Amino acid sequence: MERREFIKLSLSAAGGLTLGFYLPAARPAAAASTRFAPNAWLRVDPDNRITFICPQNEMGQDVHTSLAVLIAEELGVPVASLVIVQAPANPAYKNAMLGGQLTGGSTSVRHAWLPLRQAGAAARGLFIAAAAKTWQADAASLSADGGHVMGPGGKRLSYGALAATAATLPAPALDKVRLKAPAAFTQIGKAGQKRLDTPAKLRGERLFGIDAKQPGMVHAALAQCPVIGGTVVSFDDSKARAMPGVRAVINLVDGVAVVADHFWTAKKARDTLEVKWLVGAAGSVSSESVSRALELGTGKAAPIARENGDVAAGLKQASKTLEARYELPMLAHAALEPMNCLALVANGACDIWTSTQFPEGAQAAAAARSGVKPEAVRIHPQFIGGGFGRRLETDAIGQAAAIAKALPGVPVKLIWTREDDTTHDFYRPASLHTLEGGLDKEGKLIALHHRMVSPSVTERAFPPFVQEGLDPFMTEGAANLTYAVPHFRTSVLIQDTGVRVGYWRSVSHALNAFAFESFMDELAEAAGKDPVAFRLALLGSQPRQRAVLTKVAEMAGWSGPASRDRALGVASMECYGTHVATVAEVSRQGDNLRCGRIWVAVDPGIAVRPDQVQAQIVSGVITGLTGALKNRITIRDGRVQETNFHQFEPLRMAQAPRIDVAIVASGDEPGGMGEVGTPLVAPALANAVARLTGKRVRSLPFSAAGVGFV
Amino acid sequence: MIELKINGASRRVDADGDTPLLWVLRDHLDLVGTKFGCGMALCGACTVHVDGQPVRSCVTPVAAAAGKSVTTIEGLDGRVGKAVRQAWEAVDVPQCGYCQPGQMMSASALLSRTPKPTDTQVTEAMNGNICRCGTYDRIRRAIGDASRILEG
Repeated sequence: MERREFIKLSLSAAGGLTLGFYLPAARPAAAASTRFAPNAWLRVDPDNRITFICPQNEMGQDVHTSLAVLIAEELGVPVASLVIVQAPANPAYKNAMLGGQLTGGSTSVRHAWLPLRQAGAAARGLFIAAAAKTWQADAASLSADGGHVMGPGGKRLSYGALAATAATLPAPALDKVRLKAPAAFTQIGKAGQKRLDTPAKLRGERLFGIDAKQPGMVHAALAQCPVIGGTVVSFDDSKARAMPGVRAVINLVDGVAVVADHFWTAKKARDTLEVKWLVGAAGSVSSESVSRALELGTGKAAPIARENGDVAAGLKQASKTLEARYELPMLAHAALEPMNCLALVANGACDIWTSTQFPEGAQAAAAARSGVKPEAVRIHPQFIGGGFGRRLETDAIGQAAAIAKALPGVPVKLIWTREDDTTHDFYRPASLHTLEGGLDKEGKLIALHHRMVSPSVTERAFPPFVQEGLDPFMTEGAANLTYAVPHFRTSVLIQDTGVRVGYWRSVSHALNAFAFESFMDELAEAAGKDPVAFRLALLGSQPRQRAVLTKVAEMAGWSGPASRDRALGVASMECYGTHVATVAEVSRQGDNLRCGRIWVAVDPGIAVRPDQVQAQIVSGVITGLTGALKNRITIRDGRVQETNFHQFEPLRMAQAPRIDVAIVASGDEPGGMGEVGTPLVAPALANAVARLTGKRVRSLPFSAAGVGFV
Repeated sequence: MIELKINGASRRVDADGDTPLLWVLRDHLDLVGTKFGCGMALCGACTVHVDGQPVRSCVTPVAAAAGKSVTTIEGLDGRVGKAVRQAWEAVDVPQCGYCQPGQMMSASALLSRTPKPTDTQVTEAMNGNICRCGTYDRIRRAIGDASRILEG
């Protein structure tokens, strides 16, 4: 496709200008081909309404406003004047960094950064050209701002008034589109701008998937096998069918659904079902068998994700060597909005209203289980009440479609209970890490060998991404190590554990960072060096990483050894193109410990919406604490033992530390943000605990290692 | 038939008396601002006011609310409710926003009985409300701001 074809124009039904814009794929291999994915749409109506159809899903990360501000900045309108509409499932809205229509991997702002600004600038140029044509004036003598084009002699036309003319003009070539210099930005990077979605969220409006409603809607609850993957052999539904308000009982094979006039009736009736399940091999999985599988994996040859120097020789040369193993537990996503989906199958089509991070996958899942062709499945993505990676999965969507298939013409809303949600998650994989390090006579790190063993999410979810045994979403946090170590090797072994696993906020960054950044402190101690100084000495070629580490040390008042009652711990990494460093404060509180403060310095390149960068970092830190202090998923006889928030308890206000965030923006391109705050919390805490108590926690959660936090 | 007073209006619902108030609000009365999170009074997403007291509607049988005055997020109004909403908006508290109706109901109940809460009182009143996005610092700030608004 010719570059000038990137931007296509058409008249919208209302006579306005619709501007579709295309995003060159970010991956070099794809960029070399002629495949370019259309990414999002801007619509300007004659009544001056400017609609931004947002390709990414809003789950609290501010993606609606953050992407809208990119287009608004170049279009020359205040972002608050845009109407934001959520895009349906359509190939036009693929995320080019991920190759599908999904929201994840902290990619939204990164992949939209150039094309959305180009789209805004292209549209602005077209409005100027349209005004020039209207006024028979030289375009160079015109300017545009605030949704109007201004000309000599006080001439002024709104974008809406110019839309029809603009739509008839030739599309500009992308390389002819002039973007603002960052210094000229009036909205991007500016403090004090509000989220556009806040007011609706404060009025209790119908926003989330669980709130979706259609005329004649009925409600469903689902009995699922306590062992994930188990199937229905037979069931007795006589009690359920006898309950007033129950409409149907449907065998889905992976569960038995009860459909009723109201959810509570469906749930009560569901609880009376007596189901015989076929469990299979999964029924023998336990937390112990998971650990044993990982242990077995440590002995196997593993693909190398990154290597420089000769790590075996380096370790031999070292005057001091150290070895340690770190283990991370399985975790649930525990999004506050439980899994749910409203589905309608009628007249050969299927409509799905749901909160999803993956509209394209939702479409495929609904098609597979409704028997409707994918192109006849319409996805209506709703606001997400917590994603964290759980809503990249489409299990509940497929189930709702299967129920709706059995009740053609009737909209049916499936809601999982909290217990369903906790016991039927796609869990963050457990992982086992072995690290060996070698120090020279001066105590400098010269050799570092890391081996990770863990199940792969990607192997199940997106198999083509696994190449030569390497899952790119398992090497994050290891292959991108920022320290210059002359002899370095990291290998990652995919080891199935029989547990269904899923992407969990920050994915393998959180696993690998716990191992690497804990070990860095152990090495520093062995070298007799200060943990910050030890790290800085290895960051000579990483000015951005050095800057955030230096900054966070300064913020936290980093100084020598711990006092008897209080210690600081540090951790540092590159994560989704963003550089981040974290310090945690741990103090004694009776027999327990308390994390009272956390400091984070972050370099996202450019902070598109600084207030929301701060919000995302704070959010990521709280997620990190939820995943580190006391939670884990345990399995006995294939059954997840934790059911509700009394056993898997998200961090509450009483345990939330004061969190200080410094943004040290160093460039003109944004890095990822939604997951960056999470991975360094556990290692920074472990390092603080070790400095305070002498006890090195190498296995999470802290509570299971006998370290209690209040 | 159960007679309820919801957000100042009389409503009659045909539901079993043991049906949780939460599901009567959401399914029978189409007031979906009150959220389902856990069903065990562990997360606070379903918090409403019954006769001015914060109550977890997921474990409150609708029969227990009969004849009492129920306020949901949709009806959160008055001096305190307005101050809370104003502060929440100014601080841009929500991320995903799913827990926020419950947070605001708990906060407004706190401010109604304790217009100038201490940090400890805020923690005690809000600790039953889980926010998985981790907006606790902004919630605390917004409660402080609302308290100052109420002071005039």
